[in-house]
Amino acid sequence: MNKIPGFLLILIFLFSACSTENEDKTPDNEKEENSFDREAMLVNWADNIILPAFQNFESSTRTLEEQTTAFIQDPSVAKLEVIRSAFRTAYLDFQSVSMFEIGKAEQLNYRNFLNTYPANTTNIREKIETGSYNLELPSSYAEQGFPALDFLINGLGANEAEIVSFYTENPNASAYKSYLEAVSTRINALTVEVSDSWHGDYRDTFVNNTSSSSTGAVDKFTNDYVMYFEKFLRSGKIGYPAGAFTGEPSPQNTEAYYANDFSKELYLKALESVQDFFNGVHFDGSSAGKSYKQYLDYLDSIKEGANLGELINLQFDTIKAQADSLDASLKEQVRTNNTPMLEAFDLLQMAVVLLKVDMMQALSISVDYVDSDGD
Amino acid sequence: MNKIGKYLNSYTETAPLAVFRIFFGLMMFASIVRFWLNGWIEKLYIAPKFFFSYYGFEWVKPFGDFTYLLFIICGISSILVAVGYKYRFAIILFFLSFTYIELMDKTTYLNHYYFISVLSFLMIFLPAACYFSIDAARSPQKVFQKIPRWSIDAIKLLLAIVYFYAGLAKINSDWLLRAMPLKIWLPSKYDLPFLGDLLQQEWVHYVFSWSGMFYDILIPFLLLWKPTRFGAFLLVIVFHVLTRVLFPIGMFPYIMIVSALIFFSPEVHHKILGMIAKIINIKKDRFDNSRILFYKPIKRKVITSVITGFFIIQLLFPWRYLLYPGELFWTEEGFRFSWRVMLMEKAGYAQFKIVDAKTGNRFYVDNSDFLTPFQEKQMAFQPDFIIEYAHFLENHFRKDGHKNIEIYVENYVALNGRKSAPYIDPDVNLLNFANSFEHKTYILPFQDEIKGL
Repeated sequence: MNKIPGFLLILIFLFSACSTENEDKTPDNEKEENSFDREAMLVNWADNIILPAFQNFESSTRTLEEQTTAFIQDPSVAKLEVIRSAFRTAYLDFQSVSMFEIGKAEQLNYRNFLNTYPANTTNIREKIETGSYNLELPSSYAEQGFPALDFLINGLGANEAEIVSFYTENPNASAYKSYLEAVSTRINALTVEVSDSWHGDYRDTFVNNTSSSSTGAVDKFTNDYVMYFEKFLRSGKIGYPAGAFTGEPSPQNTEAYYANDFSKELYLKALESVQDFFNGVHFDGSSAGKSYKQYLDYLDSIKEGANLGELINLQFDTIKAQADSLDASLKEQVRTNNTPMLEAFDLLQMAVVLLKVDMMQALSISVDYVDSDGD
Repeated sequence: MNKIGKYLNSYTETAPLAVFRIFFGLMMFASIVRFWLNGWIEKLYIAPKFFFSYYGFEWVKPFGDFTYLLFIICGISSILVAVGYKYRFAIILFFLSFTYIELMDKTTYLNHYYFISVLSFLMIFLPAACYFSIDAARSPQKVFQKIPRWSIDAIKLLLAIVYFYAGLAKINSDWLLRAMPLKIWLPSKYDLPFLGDLLQQEWVHYVFSWSGMFYDILIPFLLLWKPTRFGAFLLVIVFHVLTRVLFPIGMFPYIMIVSALIFFSPEVHHKILGMIAKIINIKKDRFDNSRILFYKPIKRKVITSVITGFFIIQLLFPWRYLLYPGELFWTEEGFRFSWRVMLMEKAGYAQFKIVDAKTGNRFYVDNSDFLTPFQEKQMAFQPDFIIEYAHFLENHFRKDGHKNIEIYVENYVALNGRKSAPYIDPDVNLLNFANSFEHKTYILPFQDEIKGL
């Protein structure tokens, strides 16, 4: 009999405790100690990182499109160099938005359209020659985006003059020109669509979706973020070229295969973007706001556990340091000595464990919306 | 001996068992329908390419699209149980179909499902349809207003075991002294009205942990003892509704709330049946014939022996973990089928490496090629899953033409908020091992200590 009033007392206490807390006008910083403001984290992510990153990327893809138009109006080696430089800027900037595959980007399969590699060059040539193609089809992922562009401006010939000749002397020159333009235009158009959605309603949808369920923004995005790191950064940039899943090194699977010395730069940029995001660093780099790091610090303070945020940062740093031993061209690295690539893979793997097991457990986020019942 | 004989010869009203049968059947039907509507039949039993089997039950597999038929059979039999039509046949069919479903893939193992299997097995031997059922309505000689007391006490005992053992399992240092895993789970429910902010408080995690332990251990006794019964039932409601709000546990809270009604006196159950009779417009008093169900001595002996054996197993089985060395939460040897409910937060990551023993060539496996995300998640921290999967991979890659296959796993597991640590020995070829009930020597030792039961 004793147990019941005791429990009821606790319940009454529980409810009274919350009502007083709600009435309390505690200053914000004091409230912070008792709970972590996830909405503020979402706001930081959206306003200080995602939106500016897309704004920046959108301006790069616009330039890329403009330079492409300029090139096809009057193809020349000089103008090719201009597109190449616009291509590099845009591809690098893409690394800072690729992980945000949520909302419009997810709906569009944005990442697949922009960066499915290796490009299918046989299909690309065939489509140029027949002149019939529809880049909106999912079956054409490998025939567009940056990898296709890479092929069209870096891979058609052995040197600049030879490449330019495809757009000038080749019997199909006009078809090449229009395909190049179509690819470039599509990169920009998709980017504008995603960027507009963030600058429109989606920002609020995202920020206000503070639900703790698997459809809440933090849960859903964290799944996307970790998956990006595992599948696209670890496997895509390092694992597949190194043949980690087949035993056969496959240089042709390198990102930016035709640009030669560009793949490591892309890899480093992606790493840096992931780490900055982890730490809530604003896109302009000026300062940092609420992030996974702070969230973990807050939860660690409850658990009195190891400082997981520090461990993850350390692992990121180790990965970046290891990258020093990699050739600027990962393709060359795979061909000449694959061991450092496999080492990089193992280090990335450790980071996957920390993110997918430790961080997601600490945040109590379940992997990939497995919505079945629990015990 | 005399006392036991006297007990076996004491009789009570059938009404509580009839109520139990009706609600059990309806709840099961609702569960099956819910499972179907959630798309889980497709997602869990048809879509996967590979299924994890229980040791000894490797022959139990889904039937492709015919798996739906299995669920239809299970659903129909639950309705038959509820209305008490051809009860014995119906409950056997339900037990078999439900258990088959659970055995198809151990990825979906839940204590709740095991509870349903065990309970429906017990119900095969209980005279649950001799009152307020179609069977009874169709032949008056099958109507018995009174039945042996043990047939109702058996259900109470099973419920008591479930709660009590669940409570005992919570007497460990992680649960009581570190408030784990509630310290991980509760803060993530920040968006609950009223409770959200409170769940961030450390003392709340401890209050929930300790009161949960006391609740589980004490509730059977509070339900059994008349003076505390009503209060205890309110507690049952509060507790299970709270768990429903906090955790994704489906139908189980409702099943437990309704099951707890069995502890109430026959008068309460007569009232419930009276209400049901009114709603479906039948006369309840046709069942009130004061007849008592006597078993023939031999039949009684068989049934009571089966039930006694059943309970001896139920009482002993959860302790089998004591036969294994190492930390139970870490190795999970003897973890299942023991009412260890919501005890740990465990997650892992397993990267399998296929090695050609002759050439030394090696490559990693992309688990998503073979497993659903749910299967991958469950596989990554349970050693018996890992071994079974390794053998599956061997078959697959052998068919692909690989030779001299050895399989290694780089496996990290995090338990109750501890930093992830290596789990399976990365240097052992998993193909040297098969699943068995023996201790798994290739599990690396747990680098911490959890004290308690």
